[in-house]
Amino acid sequence: MNTRQQSKLIYSWYGKPLGSDRKLRTSHYKGILITSESSKTETCIQLGDFILVEGVNADQPYVAQLVDLYEDGAQHKHAVVQWFCRLEEIPQNQRKMLKRDISAQEVFFDQVLGYDTDIAAETIIKSIMVIPLHLGEELPVITLNKEQTFYVKQSWDGKCFKVLSPDTFSKLKEANKTRGVITNSSKASIPSDIFTPVKKKTESVVRSATKPKKIDMEIESKHSSSKSSLSKERHSQRMANNDIKTPTARKKLELNSPTRSKGRLLGYEVLGLLDDDCDATAPLEQSATKRKVKFTNDILGSPPKIPCSDDKSKSTTQSAEHHQSDIMRLSPYTKVNDFSDEDKNLQEKDDVPSLGGYQSSQSPVVTPRSRRRCVQKTSALIAEQISMLDQEDFLSDSDSSYSLSSEEKEDDDDDDVPCTPEKKTKSNRILSTPKSSRKSAVHTPAKTLRKTPLKGTPRTPRNATPEIPRRIQATQEPASVLEEARLRLHVSAIPESLPCREEEFQDIYNFVESKLIDGTGGCMYISGVPGTGKTATVHEVIRCLQQAAENDELPPFQFVEINGMKLTDPHQAYVQILEVLKIRGHSFFSLIFLSLSLQLDLLWTQKQNVMYNLFDWPTQRHSKLIILAIANTMDLPERIMMNRVASRLGLTRMSFQPYTYKQLQQIVSSRLKGVKAFEEDAVQLVSRKVAALSGDARRCLDICRRATEICEFARQKRAPEMVRMAHVTEAIDEMFSSPYVNAIRNASLHEQIFLKAILAEFRRAGVEEATVQQIYHHHVALCRMEGLQSPTVSETMAICSRLGACRLLLVEASSKYLHMRVRLNLSQDDVMYALREE
Amino acid sequence: MHLARNYFWVQKILRERFCHHFCAAGKLFGMEQQYRHLLELLRRTTVHGESNSALVIGPRGSGKTALLNHVLKDLREMTQVRENLLEVHLNGLLQTNDKVALKEITRQLQLENVVGDKVFGSFAENLAFLLEALRKGNRTSSCPILFVLDEFDLFVHHKNQSLLYNLFDISQSAQTPVTVIGLTCRQDILELLEKRVKSRFSHRQIYLMNSFDFKQYIKIFKNQLSLPAEFPDEPFAQKWNNNVQHLSEDKAVQDVLQKLFHHSKDLRSLHLLLMLAVSAVTVHHPLLTAADLQEASRQHSTDSKANIVHGLSVLEICLIIAMKHLNEVYDGEPFNFQMVYNEFQKFIQRKAHSMYNFEKPVVMKAFEHLLQLELVQPLERPSARAQREFLLLKLLLDSSQIMEALQLYPNCPTDVKQWAASSLSWL
Repeated sequence: MNTRQQSKLIYSWYGKPLGSDRKLRTSHYKGILITSESSKTETCIQLGDFILVEGVNADQPYVAQLVDLYEDGAQHKHAVVQWFCRLEEIPQNQRKMLKRDISAQEVFFDQVLGYDTDIAAETIIKSIMVIPLHLGEELPVITLNKEQTFYVKQSWDGKCFKVLSPDTFSKLKEANKTRGVITNSSKASIPSDIFTPVKKKTESVVRSATKPKKIDMEIESKHSSSKSSLSKERHSQRMANNDIKTPTARKKLELNSPTRSKGRLLGYEVLGLLDDDCDATAPLEQSATKRKVKFTNDILGSPPKIPCSDDKSKSTTQSAEHHQSDIMRLSPYTKVNDFSDEDKNLQEKDDVPSLGGYQSSQSPVVTPRSRRRCVQKTSALIAEQISMLDQEDFLSDSDSSYSLSSEEKEDDDDDDVPCTPEKKTKSNRILSTPKSSRKSAVHTPAKTLRKTPLKGTPRTPRNATPEIPRRIQATQEPASVLEEARLRLHVSAIPESLPCREEEFQDIYNFVESKLIDGTGGCMYISGVPGTGKTATVHEVIRCLQQAAENDELPPFQFVEINGMKLTDPHQAYVQILEVLKIRGHSFFSLIFLSLSLQLDLLWTQKQNVMYNLFDWPTQRHSKLIILAIANTMDLPERIMMNRVASRLGLTRMSFQPYTYKQLQQIVSSRLKGVKAFEEDAVQLVSRKVAALSGDARRCLDICRRATEICEFARQKRAPEMVRMAHVTEAIDEMFSSPYVNAIRNASLHEQIFLKAILAEFRRAGVEEATVQQIYHHHVALCRMEGLQSPTVSETMAICSRLGACRLLLVEASSKYLHMRVRLNLSQDDVMYALREE
Repeated sequence: MHLARNYFWVQKILRERFCHHFCAAGKLFGMEQQYRHLLELLRRTTVHGESNSALVIGPRGSGKTALLNHVLKDLREMTQVRENLLEVHLNGLLQTNDKVALKEITRQLQLENVVGDKVFGSFAENLAFLLEALRKGNRTSSCPILFVLDEFDLFVHHKNQSLLYNLFDISQSAQTPVTVIGLTCRQDILELLEKRVKSRFSHRQIYLMNSFDFKQYIKIFKNQLSLPAEFPDEPFAQKWNNNVQHLSEDKAVQDVLQKLFHHSKDLRSLHLLLMLAVSAVTVHHPLLTAADLQEASRQHSTDSKANIVHGLSVLEICLIIAMKHLNEVYDGEPFNFQMVYNEFQKFIQRKAHSMYNFEKPVVMKAFEHLLQLELVQPLERPSARAQREFLLLKLLLDSSQIMEALQLYPNCPTDVKQWAASSLSWL
C-alpha cells in the first residue's frame, strides 16, 4: 500500500483491492482513507460518495461524485468522478436560461462531456452531501452543515438545463442513503456495507438495461450477423445506464472492443457519408422514431463503470484495460500497440458524434512522433470512405447506436450556442478550422496535463474551450453617417450580394450543382490575384447550395474548407477532412472546398502526395467528392504540379479577372447604398486608381475607409459633411506614395550628404556599388564644399548603418568596416529627385 | 546637505528621462498627427469593435515605441476603454518563429489551454485552437484584441508568413475584432509581404520621420534638460531652468547642437550627449555650462579606431604608416606582412635616425598585435598551411585617420612624421 504524504494529509487505500490487473498494473479500490496528521482524524470516502475536489479557486472547490478509485502502475492514486457544477462555473450568459434564483448551495448534474473525469486522488478534500430535489421543490432549510450539503435539481450539459431524469434522480438518492449508512456506522462495519450500494446499482442497471435492449435488437438484427453476446450486453448497458458515466471511461470502453476491425467500421461509416445505400439510412430513420424512449433514459451519459466491473469479470479486465490506454504510451511495448491504438483512436473519432460535439476528452488524432504513420492511416481512411470499397455489412451495433444517439441529441438542440459543433440532420456543416476536439484531442497535452496534478499543482478538471473573453462594455453603435459608412466599408462586412461576380458565381454554381445532381465527383481550379473575390464567391455559392439543399431541391452535402495558410503542415489537411466527415448524417455528398491558397508551400510536399490524394479521390468510381481549388497563380498546375497531379486536377479552370474601375465603383456604391457619405466622383477616383494599380477590392474598400477618417478629422471644425475628392486624394497618397522620398527629405544633413556622396562615387566608378571608404572621401569633399566640419569615420559608419536599417541602402555585414560595400535600395533618380527639391 | 539632495534628484530625474526614452512619461515631439491617427484607430477598435491593421514605420530612435506607449496609456485612461482591450505584445527578436509566437499569444491571452503559465501541445493544435477561439468571437460581443508586433520586419521572414496571414485575415473578416500594429524601421516593409498577405493588410502606414527643424530641436533640448514643476526644491529648479534657458541661447551650445543635429536627428543621440554632460554636474560644479556640452560633444564624436592608434607603440605606428604607403602605391590592393616589412626596412635603412632596427620576429609580434586590434583584417580565414607572413590583409584605417592620429600622438619622432606625410620624402 502506498502512502503518499501531502503536507498534513495522508491518503491511503481503504480495504483490499477489488480487482487488479497485473499486466496493466492498475488496482481498483472501494474507498480511500484520508488521515490528517495534525488533528489525528481519519475520514473514509467510498465509491458513490459525494466529495469536494480541489480546484483553481480555493474557496470554491468542485463538487463531484466518486465513481471509481484505482492505483496505476506508477503507484499514483486516481479517482474517477462524476462532476457537479456550481452556478459560477456556468457561463454568465447561459445562466439566464434558468429563469429562477439559484441558491449558493445548488449544483447542477454535470453532463458536459468534455471535462476530464480522471483526477488525482490527492485532490479530494472531503465528503459532503448532495441531495436530489424535484424542480419545484424548495430547498429544505437546514441550518447545520451548510457548507457540506448541496442540492441538485437540474442537469447541465453545456448548452441547456434539463430536469434530472428519474433514473439519475433515484441513483443520486440511493447514493445518499448509502452514504448515510456509512457515516453512521463505526469503522468496523464498513466493509459489509460497501457492497450494498454496489449491488443495488447493479440490479438497477440490469433492470433498466432490459428496456432498451429490445430496440437495440431490432437495429442490430438489421445490420450484422457477427456480434458477440458480450458486445450486445455491453452495448445494452451503455444504452441503459446513463448517469454516472464519463466520457473518458466511455472512450476507453470502446478502445478495447476486440471483435471489430477498423476498416470495416469505417466502411460502414462511409455508407452514411457518401453512399446512397439505403441499408445505412434505414436504421438511422428508425432511430429517429425511438428518440422519445431514449430521452427518458437520458442517453447523454454512458454506462457507469462500477456496475460493469462488479458485474462481470470480463468487463473488469476491460475497464482495467482502459487505463492501460494511457499507460501504454509510456511502456516499452508501445511499438506493438501503437498501430492498433491509432486504429482505436480513429475509431473513436467515428464515434465522436455521439458525444454531441464536445469531444474534448477524446484522444489523439496526431501525435508528433507517429505522425507519418498516422498521416498514412488517415489518408487511407478518407480514401476508403470516399471510394466505399468496403460495403460489407459488418455493422457494429454500438456504432450505429452511437450515431443514433448523436443524431437525436443534435436534433434536439437545434439552435444553441454556436460554440458546440452541431449538426442538423439535413443542413451541412461548414468547418474551416477544426473544432474543439482537435486541440484537446491530441494526446501529448493530455498526458502532460495528467502529470501535473501528481506534482501537487492544482489542476483544472475542465478541458479548454477556445474562447476569447467577452467585452465588458457594449460596443457603441455608429453614431454618424461617416461611422455607418465606415462599418459598411469594412472588408469584414458581409454584403447581401456579391456585385460584379454574377457570371463567375453562376459558373461555379452550375458546376457544383450539376455534379451534385449527377452524383459524381469533380475538380475545379479557380485562380486570380488576391482581392478579386474568389473565396467570397465560393462561399456565396456554398451558401446558396446549402439553402437549396435545405429546401430539398438538391441532395444534401457536406462542406469542408481547407485553407493552406491555416495549416501548419500539409498533412493536417487529412485531419481537417476527417474531422468533418465524422460528423455525419443523411448527407451523401461531400463537397470539399479547398482553399489552396498556398499549395505552393503548404500543400506542396516533396512527393506532392497530399495534393495527389485530394485530386485523386474525385476520380474514383462512386466517389462523390467535388473539389474547388483556389490559388493565386493561373498556371500553377503546369508550373509546379507533377504531371500525375495536374492531370487529375482536370481542365475545369476558372480565372477571376481583376476588377475594372466600374466594377469597383459598383462594389463601393452597393455597400454604401442608403448612406450618403461619399461624393460620386470621389468613389470613381478611388476605383480608377485602384483598378489601374491592382484591381484589389480590399484595397479599394480600405482607401474609402481611410478617406472617411480623414474627412472626420477635417470635419471637427465644421458641420458634418461628405467625403470629397480632397479626402480621397489624401488617402490615396497616404497609401500609395513611396516612403523613400519622404524618408530622404527628413533625413539629417549628413545623411543627405552621404547619399550625395554615394551618387558621386557611382558616377565616378560607373558601378552601382561602392565601399564606405570611397564614399567617405567624397563625403569629406562635399563637406568642404558646403563649409561643414567633416565627420569622423565612426560617425560616417553610424550614418551608413542608420540608412541601412531603414533600407534606403543595402549594406554588407558591418565587420568589414571601411571595406563594407554599399548599394542603393532605390533608383538614383529617386535619390536625386528627393535631394534636389531641398 | 540640502544641495547634495538636490543633485541627487537632478541626476535621478534627468538620467531616467534620458535612459527610458520609450516610457510613456516623457513628451512626444512633432508627432501630433500620428498620435491622433493611432489613438483614433485604437479607440475605434475598442469602442466600436472595428478590426484594423497598421504599420508604424520610422528610423531607429524616431519614437515608434514611445508613440505607441503614449497612445496605449491615454487609451487605458478613457472610460469606455478601460478593461475592454486585450493586449498581446510580440517582439520579432524574441518570437523567432511562428510556433513560439503562437504559444506566446495564447499565453498572453490566457486562453483556456494555458496551464499555469505554460502552453502545451503541438504547433498545429495551438494554431487550430487560437484560430477557433478568434473565429468564434464577433464584433459586438468579444473583447477586442490588440496585437503589437515589435520588429515587424522579422516576422516577415517566418515560414510562409502564416502568422501574419492569419492575423491580417482575422482583421479582415467578421471575427473577434483585432487590431494589428506593426513597428518597424524598414521603409521597404511592404515589398517584403507576400501578395496575399499584402492584400489583407489595410495599408495604413504611419510614418515617423523626425521631421522637425533646428528651432524645434533647440526647444526639445530645453525641454529635456528642464526640471519639472514638481521638483521638491522650487528655487533650485527655477535656477536650473533659467540656466538651461541661457544655455539654449548660447552660441557655443547652439554650435554643438547644430553639429549633432546635422549628424542625426534622432533623440537618442541627443539624450546620449546630454547624459554625458549631466554626468559632470556635481555639488562643486553646480550648473551645466557650455564647456560641459562641448566636452560631451567631443567625446560623443571621437573616432574609435583613431583612438586605438593613440595607444600604439612607435613600431606599430611605423607598420601602419608602411601599410598606408602600400595602399597608396597599390591603390587599395591587399598586402601581406612581408611587403609591410620590406617597406619598413626601406624606411629604417634610408631615412630613420631615431629608430632602432628591430628583428623580424619582433616586427611580426607587433604586426600580430595590430591584427588582434582589428586595425588590419585578413581577407580570408587564416589556415594552418598558409605562412603567416604571406597572409593577405587589408588595412581598416583611412589615411586621413592615420594622419589625424599622428598629429595627436605624443612624442612622435619627427622622421616618422615626415615619412608618414610622404612616402617619397626620403629620396
